[in-house]
Amino acid sequence: MSHSLVTMSYIVAAILFILSLSGLSNQETARKGNYYGMLGMAIAVFATILSGAVNGKTGIELTIFNTALSGTATIYGILIVAFIIGGSIGAKAAFTVEMTQMPELVAIMHSLVGLAAVLVGYANFMDSSISITGAEKTIHELEIYIGILIGAVTFSGSVIAFGKLSERISGKPMLLPGRHWFNLMLLLASIVLGYMFLQQTEDGGNAIIPLAIMTAIALIFGIHMVMAIGGADMPVVISMLNSYSGWAAAATGFMLSNDLLIVTGALVGSSGAILSYIMCQAMNRHFLSVIAGGFGTSSGGEAAAIEGEVQPIDAGEAAQLLQAAKNIMIIPGYGMAVAQAQHTVYEITKLLRDKGKKVRFGIHPVAGRMPGHMNVLLAEAKVPYDIVFEMDEINDDFVNVDVSIVIGANDIVNPSALNDPNSPIAGMPVLECWKGETTIVLKRSMASGYAGVGNPLFVLENTRMLFGDANTTLQAVLKALMG
Amino acid sequence: MKIGIPKEIHHGEMRVATTPEAAAQIMKLGFSVSVESGAGLGANIPDEAYKEAGVEIVTDTRALWKQSDIIMKVRAPERNLKLAIEEIDLLSQGACLISFIWPAQNEALMQKLAAKHATVLAMDSVPRMSRAQKLDALSSMANIAGYRAIVEAAQYFGRFFTGQITAAGKIPPAKVLIIGAGVAGLAAIGAAKGMGAIVRSFDTRPEVKEQIESMDAEFLMLDFKEEGGGTGGYAKTMSKEFIDAEMALFAEQAKEVDIIVTTALIPGKPAPKLITAAMVESMKPGSVIVDLAAEQGGNCELTEKDQVVVKHDVTLIGYTNLPSRLANQSSQLYATNLRHLLTELCPEKNGVIIVNMDDEVIRGTTVIKEGNITWPPPAPKLSAAPAPQTEAPAYPSVLEQQKKSIIPPVVKQLLPAIIGGLILFGIGAVAPESFMTHFTVFVLAVFVGYQVIWNVSHSLHTPLMSVTNAISSIIVIGALVQISTPHATVTILAGVSILLASINIVGGFLVTRRMLEMFRK
Repeated sequence: MSHSLVTMSYIVAAILFILSLSGLSNQETARKGNYYGMLGMAIAVFATILSGAVNGKTGIELTIFNTALSGTATIYGILIVAFIIGGSIGAKAAFTVEMTQMPELVAIMHSLVGLAAVLVGYANFMDSSISITGAEKTIHELEIYIGILIGAVTFSGSVIAFGKLSERISGKPMLLPGRHWFNLMLLLASIVLGYMFLQQTEDGGNAIIPLAIMTAIALIFGIHMVMAIGGADMPVVISMLNSYSGWAAAATGFMLSNDLLIVTGALVGSSGAILSYIMCQAMNRHFLSVIAGGFGTSSGGEAAAIEGEVQPIDAGEAAQLLQAAKNIMIIPGYGMAVAQAQHTVYEITKLLRDKGKKVRFGIHPVAGRMPGHMNVLLAEAKVPYDIVFEMDEINDDFVNVDVSIVIGANDIVNPSALNDPNSPIAGMPVLECWKGETTIVLKRSMASGYAGVGNPLFVLENTRMLFGDANTTLQAVLKALMG
Repeated sequence: MKIGIPKEIHHGEMRVATTPEAAAQIMKLGFSVSVESGAGLGANIPDEAYKEAGVEIVTDTRALWKQSDIIMKVRAPERNLKLAIEEIDLLSQGACLISFIWPAQNEALMQKLAAKHATVLAMDSVPRMSRAQKLDALSSMANIAGYRAIVEAAQYFGRFFTGQITAAGKIPPAKVLIIGAGVAGLAAIGAAKGMGAIVRSFDTRPEVKEQIESMDAEFLMLDFKEEGGGTGGYAKTMSKEFIDAEMALFAEQAKEVDIIVTTALIPGKPAPKLITAAMVESMKPGSVIVDLAAEQGGNCELTEKDQVVVKHDVTLIGYTNLPSRLANQSSQLYATNLRHLLTELCPEKNGVIIVNMDDEVIRGTTVIKEGNITWPPPAPKLSAAPAPQTEAPAYPSVLEQQKKSIIPPVVKQLLPAIIGGLILFGIGAVAPESFMTHFTVFVLAVFVGYQVIWNVSHSLHTPLMSVTNAISSIIVIGALVQISTPHATVTILAGVSILLASINIVGGFLVTRRMLEMFRK
């Protein structure tokens, strides 16, 4: 295939990727968009394979079982084996993953992109066939260096994020003393090592040593960065890592002078950056303070203590409240995902809708552990998406709501975000469910949310607490509604 | 312990202190319950209904009082004309009495009860706290009174409440003014609204505006600044200027509305006079005024206590026993309030009450403990009304931050642009031609991405992440172009990269597809 034809294929692939992302603007076009993405990827891969860059034979001697059975494996053999193994692992993961585990899957997939970027970077570094000199060479080396750096941070950060999300690692932020200095030190070390790396390549010295040390530092940085971030900030971290994986691809593109990689990496990178931005807005946190980890300590004064008593009810009483209500709002949080309660929620929704009640869902942008997590769970439970609303769409409507059900959410319905300037979550937009007639809060026990913030909502006069595992209690409510 | 419920002897009192349902619950707490024969008749509860619930029926009034450790009543004790004896004298020495007492108005009664070494819990003294709501008999009675006030008004009002257009002509809706939006006022608003009237309401406490509007009634604003909320969620006496403005408003409204329900009360004081004789005169003939404050002297100058009178062609209803006029309902609610109180008093569920004076609710309700008068209680710690919120809570912190920052805001805004410009300049100064072409592509792609991603629906953020995941595996191209180098290590590295990337490509696209299939209307 001629060079121009390959470039043309890349342009087509890039356009298809853009169409794929723009398709996600609404549910109807999203499915088509996904197929555009697949097509784009297929075109890009085949064009590259046929371009002549992938050719003939390799020098690897395959020695199997120590016998003299040696021969030359064809590149195509390696390709096919890698694709089949990788593809089947990917397909298996895609078909078996629970929707509640989507954040984990996404995190681990980010780590793979990061790792691939590191490997490609190393491969490119060792590839002696490239002959360039002068500033171009320096820039090329720098591109390798930066590509590996971003890739390594993405990789280790995503692995830790995966661990936190799957609860293999504690979700609590791990805050080392002097962690900002530590980070700064790592950054300075990477810069110094970068300089050394460039010197070594110029002089023909052993440049792989600074490169390897830098990789180790980048890995540590990734681990440290994500370890310091609490569970509630996970949506930001996931979108940030998403962004990094894109920048890693873009850096690789620069390194290989490949425009398709640059375009795609830039698309993904900006997508992740925007998602992070949206998540930060939704929590009223500054991006840097999220990344710096822990909660900001800048707010003066003590947050107001919460006084009063909660009013517990049982499932039967909750069902009665629902029977009497006309306009019901359901506010799901991470607790719903943990308890796998989304199917029961749908059963209740269906029942109530059949009785002619208006049931809607109010979703806070940071509900759950990744952007859009709740929407996917509700979609999985067959909740029609036209009754699922964004916070901004329904927040003014709470005055008309008879009963709001808060399922396993805490910080996103905390009134002190609006009226207590000393609260750690002050200024974060929240779902103002307390403006409705009654709020039923489903909660495992009286513990505070991820942000470690007390919630005055629970002691409001028009709030009723329904304690217990979300799924079990909702089952009981469902039974009471039917019986 | 034995609980006795005597028949109410107050004239016109139809309520009873327990119902069969409540009695059954009380017995579960370990008490035994006796009811005087015929006690529930006024509330349409026959003796048989009590018997079925396992309650003992006692015919002899004296025997009932004598045998009971706890007496539960509605009205405060008074003289029993039939037996020619004071009810207090019937009460056993050291027994417990739970009823309405009104300790402020009935000092003599308090002294007599104290002399009896009685423990007295007054249902009118339940503190106004969230936790005590379930035993707040004043609220439950006020709710009924508010509802009944509208029913009474409807009875004397000569027209429909709701507006209609019929073949025989147009019927305008009735206009109802409710003064005082406490529990009774809100109940009246609800009832009047339910019947289709146009409802307006006025209250000195601005915080109830929201509640009035939530009932779909109109809140009459007074162009005057003064907070009317007193402690414990009740209203307080207002300044003279305020009252003048208020009276002007009422005078204007009186000419327009058909029905006025007044519920204005200030604790421990005679009811404020809000509707003057002149205002009554200015009302349309056939109008109705229901004065729920008649017991405390009435909000209207012309009201006569316990009477329905017609003056200036306006019917003035001054009933003070409105809850009794809905005896079954009030008895149910009152009995439930009492049951909740007993639950608080008997935490062990062993049929023995413990008057725990450290408990704020019990402390407030108890007016005499073992002969010692404990009324009035210390001020409650928590008001039912929310603390006034500061208008814009975010301001102080913003100001503080501005003070801390040394860099002027203009520079701060320009700073990213300046830094960005310098970086771009630096790159432009040293970068070779070939890099710049790629850089152009890169910057343009970032902008395309920026535009495209903002349009992505929030609900599709998870699919967005998984699809970008798949797409970012385009890095596989990088591996593909390198795999053919003669260098063995490079080939292996590239091969592994291809494997990793293909997990992502296949996994990412398929899981996205799976998710998107789920989004259905």
